[in-house]
Parts: sequence; structure tokens; C-alpha cells
Amino acid sequence: MTPLGVVESVAAVSAEPAATSAIELIGITKAFPGVVANDDVSLRISCGEVHCLLGENGAGKSTLMNVLSGMYQADSGQIKIDDQVVEIDSPKRALELGIGTVYQHSTLIPVMTVIENLMLGMGSGVRLPLKTSLAGLQKLASSLGIEVDPFAVTGRLALGQQQQIEIVKALWHGSKFLILDEPTSMLTPQGIAELGELIKQLKAQGLAIVFITHKLREALDLGDRISILRRGRLVAALGPDELRAGSREEIQGKIIGLMFGQEKAQLADVAEIRDELTGRRGRQLKTAPILEIEGVSVEPRRGEVGVHDVSLAVKTGEIMGVAGVDGNGQRELAEAIAGQRHIAGGHIKFLGHPITHLSVAKRQQLGLRYVTDDRLGEGIVSSVDVATNLVLKRIGQRPFWRSGGRVCTPVIQETARELVEEFDIRTPSVTTDCGTLSGGNLQKVVLARELSFGPKFVVYNKPTYGLDVKTTMAVRERIRKIAEKDEVAALLISTDLEELLDVCDRIAVLFRGKITGVVDNQPGAAEEIGRLMIGGGE
Amino acid sequence: MAEVLEISEPEAVRREAVARRGFLNRMRRGGGVLGQALVPIVLAMIVTGLILAIMGKNPFTFYDQMFSSGLFNWQGFEQTIIRMAPLLLMGAGLIVAFTAGIWNIGGDGQFLMAVAIVCGIGPSLMSAVPRALGLIILLVVSFVVGGLWTLLPAFLKARYALNEIITSLMMAFIGISLADLLIKGPFRTHLNTVPQTNVIPFQKLLPAIPGTNIHIGILLALVVVGVIYWAMTRTGFGLRMRVLGANPRAAVHSGISVFKMTMVGFFLSGALIGLAGGTEILGVWGYVRADWNPGWGFVMFAIVFLARLNMLACIPIVGFLAVVQLGGHTAAQNVGVPDDFILLFVALILLFMAVTDLLRTGRLFGRKPKEIVSVVTTAGRLEATDD
Repeated sequence: MTPLGVVESVAAVSAEPAATSAIELIGITKAFPGVVANDDVSLRISCGEVHCLLGENGAGKSTLMNVLSGMYQADSGQIKIDDQVVEIDSPKRALELGIGTVYQHSTLIPVMTVIENLMLGMGSGVRLPLKTSLAGLQKLASSLGIEVDPFAVTGRLALGQQQQIEIVKALWHGSKFLILDEPTSMLTPQGIAELGELIKQLKAQGLAIVFITHKLREALDLGDRISILRRGRLVAALGPDELRAGSREEIQGKIIGLMFGQEKAQLADVAEIRDELTGRRGRQLKTAPILEIEGVSVEPRRGEVGVHDVSLAVKTGEIMGVAGVDGNGQRELAEAIAGQRHIAGGHIKFLGHPITHLSVAKRQQLGLRYVTDDRLGEGIVSSVDVATNLVLKRIGQRPFWRSGGRVCTPVIQETARELVEEFDIRTPSVTTDCGTLSGGNLQKVVLARELSFGPKFVVYNKPTYGLDVKTTMAVRERIRKIAEKDEVAALLISTDLEELLDVCDRIAVLFRGKITGVVDNQPGAAEEIGRLMIGGGE
Repeated sequence: MAEVLEISEPEAVRREAVARRGFLNRMRRGGGVLGQALVPIVLAMIVTGLILAIMGKNPFTFYDQMFSSGLFNWQGFEQTIIRMAPLLLMGAGLIVAFTAGIWNIGGDGQFLMAVAIVCGIGPSLMSAVPRALGLIILLVVSFVVGGLWTLLPAFLKARYALNEIITSLMMAFIGISLADLLIKGPFRTHLNTVPQTNVIPFQKLLPAIPGTNIHIGILLALVVVGVIYWAMTRTGFGLRMRVLGANPRAAVHSGISVFKMTMVGFFLSGALIGLAGGTEILGVWGYVRADWNPGWGFVMFAIVFLARLNMLACIPIVGFLAVVQLGGHTAAQNVGVPDDFILLFVALILLFMAVTDLLRTGRLFGRKPKEIVSVVTTAGRLEATDD
């Protein structure tokens, strides 16, 4: 492809509707050792439509799309494009057929810059088409309404920004079919709204879009069709007519039944919790502060905004929310509190004592915990078993290690079994390598580790990102419960405003590394936070 | 530990079974590693044989000579075991570092610095103090000198995240040259026209295992190998090192002091390599000549990967390497090919190791080649045709 082709192909999409009318998946079956991920699934994805693929974690949504995008080959079944049987034996082939994919997990090369990532594999000339690529990126970015620093190293960007680059990448060569695998899980409310607009626009241009999600609301908002997967099987496909027949609540109820099957009863509990939650308002606590942050600043790394002169005080038993668009200093703040990052100025006091110069391990021992948002990157060690990951922050400590340093495997495994039970971690055994667990279960491992052994204060960084409805509700309930019953205070960082309003007592808003305001969680808080999230009075 | 003692009997039996199974699994895994090492060795032997045949030499004579002089002949066998001692210690040093993701490339520098210092102070020290005390002091000295030679790259890595591949390699160049400088300068004796150090008398070197000519260095090496294996797999220290190697960010996140572990891991690595030097000098030579550099650091670098960083699997593979080095030396002379031919053989083993790894698991360096390709292709369409 000539460098100019980049720009042209993007333009081409808008100029003429794609000639191809549909992709058909016929009887796709894909099994992995011990699990049938897709069992005889048939789907038709038409151009000019948004086809939502709905199902809880592990239902086989991603596997199905990996078959379509050439990452996996189906054990049986066919794929047809325009009634022509096609063999998609590699991601490259999928791209040639016009199938662009935004994967749930990053496929960017973290050490390369944005523009380098986009230029990968372009052309066969000696020189990289830098100039034209920059122009192409600028055009694409402005049409998507996003700001991208082409020379930022992608690995240093916030997850939300990386996701945006992924979408740019999938559109880079003007695909006719776009697969979005849980694209909103890392985006802010505004980001999701923007993505929704973009999807409508792309749809109008004649693209076929597969939108994988486990969020019912998104599926109902965006989908022209909804196909529901459960345990690898297609249990229902709702067309546009069916989606319009009846009120939103009726359809919602119907879909929930289809998604969770016999576990419907349990879901009723979730619904109850939900009702309780929506009625919930922040508590006005009069307890002493447990964590005091005074004028803390953190130097930004490339692609970050850093933290500037942030002061916050969280009371014992309180849940303090931190709202803000992704990449406004959330991770920097969390890492500074956890001790993973050096602070340039200010003080942090915990239980009335300064901890600014204490190590991560010391803070951990004092009961200060950090649930990271980067589960795979730093939360767990994938090549080490579940049991060891559960005690990863207590290495060398009794009773898991004897005073001579010798490991006490039975004790570790017994403790791990209890935690697996308590936190409902789905794993074949505690000696399974942690990397083989699904995203939701990884999060449970991280939570189990941080919330056991005497926590007093927990920093949660996007604790429900990428989790299904049930797990999300369970996690939120746990955060509330340990705050109310055990007086474990929390700093809950989230880009999901609904979540913050559900769980928090007070909500601070972080904008460009500064706190623009702290709002009590009372009626009308959402509007106030929305105002502060875009800079407030500024 | 009270709760452990209170487990009901069937539970205890079950645990024991699990523990035993764990042991068997480890043995099996070790065996698997060995099997994986065997295939490339056989393939390398075939290709080396073909090359020999093309050169007009009889490959069967070569291999016959190699094994008979390196293994099936008591004296050769003794030499092989003697050679294994420093190689095993070096292997232990490299495995410690590599497990923690510390790429200590400078083994030869650490080795030779330890050798030079031991030879420099050894002769006078051994004449001043009792033999056992002197030997222990010198072994400790070699351990410490090897470790100290890693301090700079370790600090630069731990504090400034400077790439230790470069710094440790640079320190190796400096170490090799400085060792030479010491041997040709302050440590030089005038007994010989060739620059060399004074000599520790043979009867003051490491004692032999009774009934053999094998010095006790091999026992020291085996103990070290056992301790390192135990420490890396069964202790908190080992787990910290493994976590650091497997996911450095998780190490930071879980409160492991990356600075401390990097310093300690690097030091221990260099120290064990230094100890290898001390053992070789105190077991075999008693002195060192200028420009002596066996270059085992680089060979062992490859060998520990052949053993997949498994300390126990390292033992037989090091044994084989010793046979190839010593028996191969004799065989090369007798068959009439240059000594460097042995290096060709070792290189072929490594090449086949990579190839069989790829064929057996479909994975190269732990990744599917397809994955590697897909990272590139999904990033952008390869469209050579449009150009």
C-alpha cells in the first residue's frame, strides 16, 4: 500500500458504501482442552448494522471473534463472505478480507511510539512513510474526535488512550468489517458516548460492526441485532423487530434470562442489590481520618499528566471515590499512595503517621492495600501458581514461610483454598498457573490477596473494569460491605460514574492531575461531578 | 504451625501423596528437560560427523576417541569430573542471575579477576597459614572478588535501569585485561620467562577424594548446586528472584525490593562464578599464566539455556560438555582437526536445540511463531503488491 493509500482508504470508506453485504459464520465449533468454547454457532453479520454479541465472561464471545479475525482456526464450520466460502487462516488474511479487529487486550507494541505502531507492516519500501502516515493519523484522529500524540510511547499511555490507538489501528486500512471486543471497558462515559456516535457514523457509511460486550445497556443502546451466547452456544438472536417489540424493561428482562439461564434466581439477588444501590446515598461519617494526603505531587512520565498538589483526607470506614476521565493522573496518584512511585513533594499520612518514605512492603504490612487496574501487567505473575499469587505480597513472612526462609507449601495451599472458596475464584486447582485464568478470576485473585490479612485502607483502581454484570455487582458489594462492617476505608478510582455513585460516600474529581473538587454523594452529585470532570470553573 | 499438626490423618496422607507427586513431577520435568537436550546433541553429532566425513576424516574414530578418552577411561573420567567442578559453579551463578532476569554476560571477567587475585595472594598466604585455613580463605576471596566485579553493573541496573548486558560485558573486557595486567605486573614471578604468578605448591592445593585424583572441588560444586536449587525453588528468596525475573512490575507492585534483589542476585551470580575460578586454580593449577582465558562463561551461557535454567538438569549436561571439551581435545588432535572443531560441535548443539524446541512445541522462546507473526500482521496489513 502506498503511504497515500492510508488516507485514501479512510476516505474511501466514507465515499462509497462497501460492496460486500455480509459475513456469515456457519456452524462454528472450537474446543480447547477441557472446554468447548464455541459449539455450533451460526451468525450473520450484515453491512450497515451493529451486531452485538452479548454474554457473560467465558461465554465464548471472544473465541468466536478470534475465529473470525484469524487468530484461531475453527475445528469445524464455515465462514462465508458474500456467499463465498473463505478460509481465514491468519490475522493477515482477515485484514486482506477487510476484517479489522480491536482486541480486548492490547496488541500494541508497548516500546514503540503511536505512529510506529501504526506504520508496522506498511509497504515494502526502505523508508517508512512517516509524513503521510502522520497526516493520515491526524485526519483519522480528528474524524474520531480524539487527540493523539503520534510520538508518545504507547506503553506509557493510559489504558484508555491505548484503546483509542487500537481503534485507529483497526480503521487504518479502511476495513469493511469491524470487530470491537469489549471496546468500552476502558473508556470514560464521554468516551463511550463518543464511541457510540462514531459507531453510528461508521454504520451509516456501510460498515458491518460486531460489538462484543457483556453490558446489556450498551447492547440495547447500540445494537441493531443482539446475539446471545451462553457457555459457547448461541442461545438467542434478536433482530431489529424483536428489539423494538415491547418496552426496554421487558426486553432487558428477557435478555437477562437468556444470558444467565438457570442462574436467573441468583441474578434476581443482583437486581435486588442494584435496587438498593440506586437508592443509596453517601454516608456522612464523623470518624477520624485514616489517610491524609497533603499537597502531593508526582512527576509525570511521558504520556502522563502527573499529579499536582493533591490534598485529600479519607475517614475511617469511608469510601472516597475518584472520578475523572482516564489518564488524568489516576494511576500516578494510586501508585504514589501504594508507594510504587516516588513523590516529588507533599506528605502522605496513614493512621496519623507519615508514610511518605516507607516502602511498598511496609505500607502493605500496615494495612494499606492497592488493587491495581493492570492485573496482567503487574497484579499477578502468570507463570506462578494461584496459591503463590495469593500470598505474593507476604513472601518470606510467617506462617507461609518459616523463619529460616523455607517455604511452607501446605499452609500456603490451605490458605489459598480458603480464599478461592471465599472469593469464588474459578480455578481447576490452587496449583494452576495464574496466567490461565480468565480476566474476572484474575481480578478475584487480586482482590482476595489485597482484602485478606488485615486490610485497613484499600486503593481500588478501576476494580470492575472488564468484569461481567454478576462479578461487578459482587465486587461492589464487597467493597461496600468491608467498608461498613469492618471499617476498611477505600479510595475507589473509577471512570464509571455510575459505579462511583453506587458505592461512594464522597467523590473527588481528578482533572489534569489536580483535584477540582470533592462532592458529597447526594442527589444532584452526578451533574456537579460532570461539571468538575471537564475542569469545573476553569 | 499448630494448624498443620492438627490435620486429620487421611488429610495428612493425602498431602504426603501430593507432596510425593510433586517430587515425582519435578523428577519427570527434570527428565523431560534431559530428553529435550538429548535430541539436539544427537543431531549435532550426526552433522558434525558428516562435516568430518567431508573433510576426509573418520567421524567414528573421532567420536570413539572422544568418548573413550573423556569418559570410558579412568584417567579421562577423572579429568572430566575435575572439569565439571568449575563449570557447575559457573552454571549455578548464571542460573541465579537469569532466573531473576539479570543478564550477567560478564562471567569471564568475574572468573578471571577471581583467578588473578587468588593466584596473586595465594602462594604467600599458603606458606603463612595452615593449608585448610588458607584454602578456605582463598575460596572466600575468590567468591567475594567475583561478586565485587558485578557491583558496578548491578548498581547501574538497580538504580538507573541501565542495561546490564552492556555494562557487564564492558566489565568483562576490563576484568580480563585487568587480570592480565595484574599477572604481568604486581603478581608476576621471575621464575619463568613467560609472565605468570608464583605457584602454590601442589601438596597445598585442594585435597583429592581418597582413592582418586579428583580434587574435592566437585563436592563443593555439588553442594552449591543443591543449595542453589533448594534456595531458588523452596525459599522466599528464590520466589522473590523468580517473580523479579517473570514480571518485574509485579515485583515492584508486591513490595519486593527490586534494588536489593538486583544487587544481591547480581553479586551472588558473580560470586559463584568467582568461586568457579578459585576452585579451578586451587584444585588444578596453583598458578596462572598471563592471557589464560578458557572462555567458559560464554559456553556455559548456552549450556544453562540447554538445561532450561534447571539446576539439576544442568549436572548431566555439564558432564557431557566436559567430555566434549576434554575428550574432544584428544580426539581432535588424534584425528587431525583443529581444536576449534569442538566449538563447532557445541554451536551445532545450540542450533539444533532452538530448532527442536520450535518443532516440538511450536514455540520459540516460549511464544508461538504465529503469535509473533500476528503481532506484526495485525498491526498493519502487509501489502507488498500495492507498492
